[in-house]
Amino acid sequence: MELEVFIIQTLVKILVVLLIFSALAGFTTYLERKVLAFMQRRLGPMTVGPWGLLQVLADGIKLFTKEDIVPTNSIKPIFKIAPVILPATAFIAIAGVPLFPEFQAFGMTIQPIIVDSNIGVLYVLGIMAIGMFSPLLAGLSSGNKWSLLGGARTAIQLLSFEVVTGLSILAPVILIGSLNLIDINNYQIENGWLILTQPIAFVLFLIAGYAETNRTPFDLLEHESEIVSGYATEYSGMRWGLFFIGEYVNMFIVSFLTVLIFLGGFGEGTLIDGLCYLGKVLFFIFLFLWTRAAWPHIRPDQLMWLTWKVLMPLAVINVVITGLVVMF
Amino acid sequence: MSLDAFKNRNIGSQNYVPVNIESYPTTGWDKFKQVVKRGIGKELFVGLWVVLREMLKFKIHTVQYPSEVLPIGPRYRAVHKLLRLLESGNERCIGCGLCEKICVADCIRMDTRVDENSRKEVVEYSINLGRCIFCGYCAEVCPELAIVHGSRYENVSEQRAHFVIKDDMLTPIDFLKQQKEFPGFGALSPNADQLVKKTPLAY
Repeated sequence: MELEVFIIQTLVKILVVLLIFSALAGFTTYLERKVLAFMQRRLGPMTVGPWGLLQVLADGIKLFTKEDIVPTNSIKPIFKIAPVILPATAFIAIAGVPLFPEFQAFGMTIQPIIVDSNIGVLYVLGIMAIGMFSPLLAGLSSGNKWSLLGGARTAIQLLSFEVVTGLSILAPVILIGSLNLIDINNYQIENGWLILTQPIAFVLFLIAGYAETNRTPFDLLEHESEIVSGYATEYSGMRWGLFFIGEYVNMFIVSFLTVLIFLGGFGEGTLIDGLCYLGKVLFFIFLFLWTRAAWPHIRPDQLMWLTWKVLMPLAVINVVITGLVVMF
Repeated sequence: MSLDAFKNRNIGSQNYVPVNIESYPTTGWDKFKQVVKRGIGKELFVGLWVVLREMLKFKIHTVQYPSEVLPIGPRYRAVHKLLRLLESGNERCIGCGLCEKICVADCIRMDTRVDENSRKEVVEYSINLGRCIFCGYCAEVCPELAIVHGSRYENVSEQRAHFVIKDDMLTPIDFLKQQKEFPGFGALSPNADQLVKKTPLAY
């Protein structure tokens, strides 16, 4: 491929991904409010537009026009830069995720993945992990005790679960022998879905994914009954909105990764496969909302106990057994 | 259930069902077993199923308030209405002043005069709704069914002065046809005719 074509194609892809996922983040908040409402026998937002569909727009207007408050006692440069980190890392990470099987358009083959690197999984998870600096710095710089507690919880939660994520993904990677997400997808065409051979890794990865995206039951960072709004207490307007976009994009990344690694991804890559792929991703997004409606939060000490004493040993055992099976 | 069961205050002798609280796990292994029981056992997944079931049933309880309202009882005591005589359109109020007298919140004020036909006429009538406690005594005491409690409970205004306006309560003369005999608080009971007795003129 010529260099100019490559550059233009990549730029267009970046623009499309950025626009789609910023919009999707907003739309997912609408979806979340609706699903939670239905599960609690409510209707949710109904006033703005048909079935409240324009609520996203109203929220956007609200967020953009709200007064931007920077507290006096905050450390201002860090306070201002912290909310940018989370969406930035989330969008950088999504560059490594194949969002659809490759297809023909405008007379060329388009791969809906921005960076098809040979260390795909590592890249995506690594960049996502950098996102933890966002709540951490936000919590430390806000000059607020709730924020500080939220920041401290970020450190313990994300450090703990990063270990589990890494170890749980190790066993499938041993089986496949590649970190490239498209290789992982192609491996499953011949050998069946990895959830069948690696059920423990699947469960561990899902749990760790919930913790990494700060979703119930692991949303200790902004546990409103304990620490008001955690690291986001002092934020308002679009600064807060950036945290939100980052969180929802991370949810999509975790859903995409789970489907790609464990549930066959997009398989052969036909159009129907591609739609199935997106359907599976949507199911995992729904699962995020579903658990939020059903499950309570857990305490920080329970979280640490669960990670270090249950999930990590399980992950290690899983890796060792997989390794032995592959060896012999 | 008879009243005796409630009057028995001898604690311990009733058939209380003690709540079975399991003792807290002490060792790490016990804790692990508890987590497994609660997690992989039914508790987590029952929770998931319950919320999904409610979503699929889609039995929504929301009342979308401004566009739909819950029905209120006919005896609900909301903002007062002043009624008119159906035949002539005159106000029913005869200016007797009973409502003013009985009002416990002291929020009714009326001014009367005798008009050219030697009938008592109400020149001014106001109920300070900001002070009214909606006890319903005025509607109950009114001998002419002139003041009753309506069903309008949405009272919003920019000024307190708006809460005393008589014209808001009085049936407009154009809408006289739509005025209904009020079945609610202060109205005659359905069997009122049977309760009427002849005035004992014999003595």
